[in-house]
Amino acid sequence: MELSQFLSALTPFNLALALFGVVAGTVVGSVPGLTATMALAVLVPITFSMEPASALILLGAIYTGAIYGGAYAAILLNTPGTPSAIATTFDGYPMAKRGDGDLAVALACFASVFGGLVGAFALLFLAPPLSKVALAFGPVEYFWLSIFGLSLIASLSSGNVIKGLAGGAFGMILSTVGVAEISADIRLTFGSQMLIGGFGVVGAMIGLYCIPVLIDLVATPDRHLKVEEGVRSVRIGEAFRLALKSKFNLIRSSIIGTLVGILPGAGGSVAGLVAYSEARRTAKPDQKFGEGEPDGIMATESANNATVGGGFVPTLVLGIPGTPPDAIVLGALLVQGVRTGPTMFSQSGSIVYTFIYGLIIATLLMLPAGLLIGRYAYKSIVTIPKALLVPTVGFMTIIGTFSIRNSVTDVLLMLCLGVFAWVVGKYGFSASPIVLGLILGPIAEQGFVQGWTIGAATKNLFGMFFGRPISQAILVFTLITLVLPLYMSRRKRLAEGLTGNE
Amino acid sequence: MLRRSIVKTAAAILFTAHAGMAASADLSGPVSYVIPFGPGGESDISARFQQPFFKEKFGQDLVISYQPGGGGAVGWASLNGLNGDGHTIMGVNLPHIIIKPAQKDVGFKTEDLNTFYMFHYTPDAIVVNADSPYQTLADLVEDAKAKPGEVTLSGSGKASANHLAQIKFDKLAGITTTYVPFKGTGAAVAALLGNQTKAEWGYTSVGAKQGDAVRMLAVAMDERHPLFPDVPTFKELGYDMTGGAYRGIALPNTASAETTKLWSDMIGEINNDPEFRKTMLDGGFAMLDVSADQMDEFMAERIEEYLTDARAAGLIK
Repeated sequence: MELSQFLSALTPFNLALALFGVVAGTVVGSVPGLTATMALAVLVPITFSMEPASALILLGAIYTGAIYGGAYAAILLNTPGTPSAIATTFDGYPMAKRGDGDLAVALACFASVFGGLVGAFALLFLAPPLSKVALAFGPVEYFWLSIFGLSLIASLSSGNVIKGLAGGAFGMILSTVGVAEISADIRLTFGSQMLIGGFGVVGAMIGLYCIPVLIDLVATPDRHLKVEEGVRSVRIGEAFRLALKSKFNLIRSSIIGTLVGILPGAGGSVAGLVAYSEARRTAKPDQKFGEGEPDGIMATESANNATVGGGFVPTLVLGIPGTPPDAIVLGALLVQGVRTGPTMFSQSGSIVYTFIYGLIIATLLMLPAGLLIGRYAYKSIVTIPKALLVPTVGFMTIIGTFSIRNSVTDVLLMLCLGVFAWVVGKYGFSASPIVLGLILGPIAEQGFVQGWTIGAATKNLFGMFFGRPISQAILVFTLITLVLPLYMSRRKRLAEGLTGNE
Repeated sequence: MLRRSIVKTAAAILFTAHAGMAASADLSGPVSYVIPFGPGGESDISARFQQPFFKEKFGQDLVISYQPGGGGAVGWASLNGLNGDGHTIMGVNLPHIIIKPAQKDVGFKTEDLNTFYMFHYTPDAIVVNADSPYQTLADLVEDAKAKPGEVTLSGSGKASANHLAQIKFDKLAGITTTYVPFKGTGAAVAALLGNQTKAEWGYTSVGAKQGDAVRMLAVAMDERHPLFPDVPTFKELGYDMTGGAYRGIALPNTASAETTKLWSDMIGEINNDPEFRKTMLDGGFAMLDVSADQMDEFMAERIEEYLTDARAAGLIK
């Protein structure tokens, strides 16, 4: 039974689809602004004429490829290709700057394949019990999870906590502009219809990360990335040894990614941030996160690809899509006549299993395909003259931002935010806290309003926010993340003070 | 180089020939179908259902894209700036296109939208978990009367179809319940399944999707939904309440009367396809046929109804 579904995923046609999907997804994901959602939405009609299982394999392969592809732009241009790759920029770009871009791309590939496999196997073996996780998370849990995510600002901006917090607050304010998602109020638009759609995460992300890089490229005579002289051996072996050394980080991050992926309200960006935060918290003293630490890339990339399998758990078991790409796959399934929801595994079991095997095969194919495309992407970014690189990337930022919702306003907002980020960047404010605030602000706000509404109705506000076990656990982790760096830096300062006196 | 251009020309000729043969007189290429929300909601799913039928009947591709933002306002505000030659259409939703412009200036007015067909609605329904103590609607009403405000119901959005249904039913039943808005039906259902709230103001489509995991207490239809012969209507139980979230399609207002008529006829033809109807009903949707020539009357009635309810609830001034 199981074997026959595995074999039907292995037909040459399905294999070809999986390979095509991974390659196409990787390319789409690497361009900031072109998202997995968009690629899937366009390709859904093609799948109408296919067998349901083949259609699903193609869609799953594109999705998983796109999440990996987001790492290229994050590493080589300091611009996450997809929101999932935000935390990849933290260490990926510093690595690329010092000439290790090829190593970083290879590491991202190994980590993505590993995380993708963990997520897919969790989907294969544990989907029904894991779907309970999605339901155990209520509004208050989402609220605390977003606070936990925001606490990362403190550790990200070591020595500059005030500036980091200011950036985070600014991002949260930006996130409230426009029509409020759950209260339907129209806020902070200053009577202008331009702002009614608010600041889209992807557009803001392109502006905040990419435009400052472009301005700096034009303003300074340096090369974009440092390149080692002479012929270099392929660094796949080195990347593999590093990945092997960090197996605990990979396993932990993949599990975090799978679990966060299951939560319909969170998604790949939150998964990457939480995994990064945990990798940083448990780091060895000689690891310098934020300055090109390979473990930072591996944590994010394994976690965000694990969300692919994790996100399909609530999609397939509960009929509740975890992420926008999941929602498109769900729509394609419905058109194919497959009924998702609680009965899916029993009624349409063979299609579901073929799909999961297809996802596993696509993830495995990502290893050769991703390494090849990654090398090509690295070489072209490094060798292309600046006079060509800047206009090309600049053009892509505009096209990418526009294509998200065909809006010129989004392009203008993106450019304004970009110039703003460049200016405040000179004063030590970085883009990441702003983006964190923008992504996590709405999750925190919705969770808080819903938790408050329910708590007030049942006359148990305190118990609502502090009495639930999952909330308490997240709260403890948040406190550790917040207090530990302060404690460590104080101890360090104390030690330094002592030696200074001698 | 030369060879490539020959291939290109040949492909172009083939493409035009194909399009010319299969398409109806006024469509010369693929149609862009914009959904002013993200993917996965009822608007998206019903558009996806139309997609293969459109291709089969009229030979052109219906290309669905998403333009979320401002609860649909970003899309609708941009609609009349798009090309009105019939190759761009956009989904419209009630009560959104009536309530939003009544709240504030959101860049479009209800009457600006050239809505040419309303093709289905998802009837309002109260949904509870399969293991809920509420066996019938009377159980819920009784509990709400005993503990005013303590019965929590999740729903999609504020000043939305779910929210207006909650306000209306509370008034009809003389009870006070607490409405908890979530971002989209998916999140509202997740909150119900996870027992975060005691019930959900949802649609019949929720019952179709969740199957045995949930129970619907009543549906806001004139007659019972064919998929749920055992679920009573609100009317049967003594509450005069029918309606839900209505969905249709609009063209830019620069579209000619012929184009509008053509589109109204095409969507009407899909709506009358027995296979399409079956797909929709199996998904828990309820069919609706309001064509372009009946639209003004239909809209006037809905505007009257929604604005009265929303004003009474203090959602708009």
